Amino acid sequence: MIELSSVTKTFNADRHNQFTAVDDVSLTIEPGRLTILKGPSGSGKTTLLALIGCMARPTSGRIRLHNIRTSFFTEAENSALDITSLPERFLTEIRRTTFGFIFQQFNLVKGISALENIMLPAYPTGENQADFRRRALELMELFSVSRHAASPVEWLSGGELQRVAIARALVNNPAIIIADEPTAHLDSKLSGEFMEMVGNLKSEGKTILIASHDPLVYDSVLADTVVGMRDGRITGITGAA
Amino acid sequence: MIQHPAILALSVAALLTCFMLAYAARYGTRILEKWDLHSGSELQLDLERRTYLISVILSYMLVFQILSLFLYIFTADNLHSQFTGAMCAAGSLGVNSYGYPVLILKIVNCLLAGVWLIINHVDTRGYDYPLIKTKYGLLNVLAPLILLEAVLQFAYFLNLKADVITSCCGSLFSTEKHSIAGEIAGLPNGPMQLAFFGMMAVTASVGIFFYLRGKGGGFFSFFSSLTFIIAAASLVSFICLYFYELPSHHCPFCILQKEYSYIGYALYATLLGGAISGLGVGALKPFISHPSLSRVIPAIQHRLTLVTLVLYLLFTLIVTWRMLTTSFRL
Amino acid sequence: MNIPLNRHSNILDFSLSSLLRRKSKNLSLLVVYTLIIFVIASLIFFVQALKREAAQLLKEAPDMVVQRMVAGRHDLIPAAYGEKISAIRGVTSVSPRLWGYYYDQVFGANYTLLVAEGKPVEPGNIMIGAGVARNQRIQASDMLTLKTSANEALLLTVQGIYPSSSELISSDLIILSAEDFQAMFNLPPGQNTDLAVTVANPREQVTVAAKIAELFPDTRPILKSEILRTYDSLFEWRGGMIVVILAVAVLSFIIFAWDKATGLSAEERKEIGILKSIGWETSDVLLLKFWEGIVISLSAFLTGVVLAYVHVFFFSAALFEHALKGWSVIYPQFRLVPVIDVYQLTVLFFLTVLPYTAATIIPAWLAATVPPDAAMRS
Repeated sequence: MIELSSVTKTFNADRHNQFTAVDDVSLTIEPGRLTILKGPSGSGKTTLLALIGCMARPTSGRIRLHNIRTSFFTEAENSALDITSLPERFLTEIRRTTFGFIFQQFNLVKGISALENIMLPAYPTGENQADFRRRALELMELFSVSRHAASPVEWLSGGELQRVAIARALVNNPAIIIADEPTAHLDSKLSGEFMEMVGNLKSEGKTILIASHDPLVYDSVLADTVVGMRDGRITGITGAA
Repeated sequence: MIQHPAILALSVAALLTCFMLAYAARYGTRILEKWDLHSGSELQLDLERRTYLISVILSYMLVFQILSLFLYIFTADNLHSQFTGAMCAAGSLGVNSYGYPVLILKIVNCLLAGVWLIINHVDTRGYDYPLIKTKYGLLNVLAPLILLEAVLQFAYFLNLKADVITSCCGSLFSTEKHSIAGEIAGLPNGPMQLAFFGMMAVTASVGIFFYLRGKGGGFFSFFSSLTFIIAAASLVSFICLYFYELPSHHCPFCILQKEYSYIGYALYATLLGGAISGLGVGALKPFISHPSLSRVIPAIQHRLTLVTLVLYLLFTLIVTWRMLTTSFRL
Repeated sequence: MNIPLNRHSNILDFSLSSLLRRKSKNLSLLVVYTLIIFVIASLIFFVQALKREAAQLLKEAPDMVVQRMVAGRHDLIPAAYGEKISAIRGVTSVSPRLWGYYYDQVFGANYTLLVAEGKPVEPGNIMIGAGVARNQRIQASDMLTLKTSANEALLLTVQGIYPSSSELISSDLIILSAEDFQAMFNLPPGQNTDLAVTVANPREQVTVAAKIAELFPDTRPILKSEILRTYDSLFEWRGGMIVVILAVAVLSFIIFAWDKATGLSAEERKEIGILKSIGWETSDVLLLKFWEGIVISLSAFLTGVVLAYVHVFFFSAALFEHALKGWSVIYPQFRLVPVIDVYQLTVLFFLTVLPYTAATIIPAWLAATVPPDAAMRS
């Protein structure tokens, strides 16, 4: 479970171009569910995802993660983790073990093979390379992109790129998947395929959080909760349990 | 001043280290003033990013520092032919009054930089960076020392003038003179050997006890530092005699030469490494009660203790092996 | 399972693949870096080899040489001086020496003429250095004609040629007998060029030298250690001067490296952004940059050192021997005896790798501290 209370993120504080991307947001995200952040661009969805995904620290407010395992907290602390004031070093450790990210532009590294791209998040974990290579190959098998294992990502089609990006998000076996506008660059057919894969992940018990202003996503039957956002604030929550 | 590539090299290294450390210390001071981990402000995030830079600078600096310590001795040795009467590094270092202070500062700075890196390593393991103030406080002690070292080193090189009659190592470490060096060389052999092996044994037992039971870390740190001093004195007093197989050659630098198959490097490296990790054990002791470090520090102390024990054991083994295998007897 | 070690090997793996991916950029850096190391390494090796050569030569030189000075110039010394000097306490032996220079007008070359101790050649015979042999195009058992100071021809048989293994000084040497030497320069008997004095106890050398200077105020005793020192500082000084000049080259290289490192291409910046967004931490990226630096530095260092080694010891430092040796027409064509020690390499490392590393720290850090969410906001 992810618990946000009065989270605010301000950029360029005390300067003329100061703006508040996320303003006093309180929200609870249930485990094993698909939650959608819905809103126009500039509504603060992406910043909120970054805050939840331990990529950035809020200017104020608290974020708590429940039932997350870390190496640096004691067992008791792990049950309700306050990540608000953790330095980047520790946020990153949580991020790479707990979260998998799927980006709007896929964000794959050009010039290296699809397999290497999938393996990238595992490099700094210190895991044995043979182990995560095997896992990456299994994921490629699962998403039927095995034949591209050795090809540079430039050679892949849009649909294949998307599947490689999802495989990469899964390589460290995270409990929570975060996707930022995943269908923005996909046609309806590929978007449909994407939602199908999201459905599979959900049925595996993953918590999924998607920011999108694509009706195909937020009107999907798979969505458990849809959080409406505008100007950094929550405008309404539908389907909450 | 003598034109010599090595002098230029050492000066370049000193200049680089100074610049790097001045930069680090500047931000270290800002961190001391402005650090607030609970804030998500941009200033705080910027300071956190700076800590990475400072860690990197200090790690590189320690490497530069250790290399320059040996290059310094090596250069002094290489230059001895330029000075009448100087027969090895000991003579060249005595050409002016800056030579030995620079050497001592270099050793002290190596130890301090090593301890700093140990504290830094531990600090980055605690999720609330509990040692941040200690760390940057220590940095502000280290920076002036490094600066002083660079200044003295420049003074030493600037005041090197070929052909000044200097005492060679034979007279500097001769037992008749009443200098500190002479006093160390003049320490009686028997008691000195007893002290050396005794201290090593005590440190080893305290260390093993601490390693197994986790008690007496402070004692261990204290004894390992004391052993460092005793071992350094023993090096001058009796250990090198066995390597040179000469009863009066007390110079601690000639063992770094090819003629003695560079054995000095092994001796100094084990001694310095052992002392740094031994000091580290003690330096971490006051912080053991921090909740975020309560699991980290014992594990690291454990590992540091093992490092000290192994390195000191190696040192003792090399010395003992030489004392037993050489035909030379005191 | 060793986590820190795996992390290093994984990241090293990735840094190698990144370096290869940006071949052209890294290659230009590598070439300039290697060139700098090559030039400085050549210089250091060359000076070191010359110093060794000189020391080797002086090993056989006498501990002390006594010359007579007339009007501030080196003059012949009577044999009688030698007898009085040998009576000084501490002096083991005194041997008179005959040597001089000869200018060959036909070949336009200067030779060193020397009467060797222990009479290795009979009158009418000579031994010559390889440079002389090359210059005159003669071999053993050929005849060599020298003109005496009375403008008469002196025919001499070449008995042997000195091997060219160490040519620096023996190159222009002609060894001849005392009789021929006296005939060449029309020397009065009982006069010598200088005296070689042996002192048993090295510590007494200075005292003996002082006594000689006191006894014969018109003489100048020169100690071997002084010659060695002079040679050393001369070579070091010349080498040091050039290193100072090269420092400018290093400096411009550092600016170049800084520029390369800071001028991260948009592609590279984006790549680091991606890495950070998918779970790489600042210190992981720093480690990546560290390994990239190590790989570049080590490749440049090894290549530069090997090239310099070949240049100095196989091609006799063709690029700057003129600057450093300055010999006459009979240029020694010797191969320097290969010597490299850790010391030279450490100095080289300090002069090249250290500045490069220091110059790349801040750019690497700037690259590594891209905020992780930057990739999402683009």
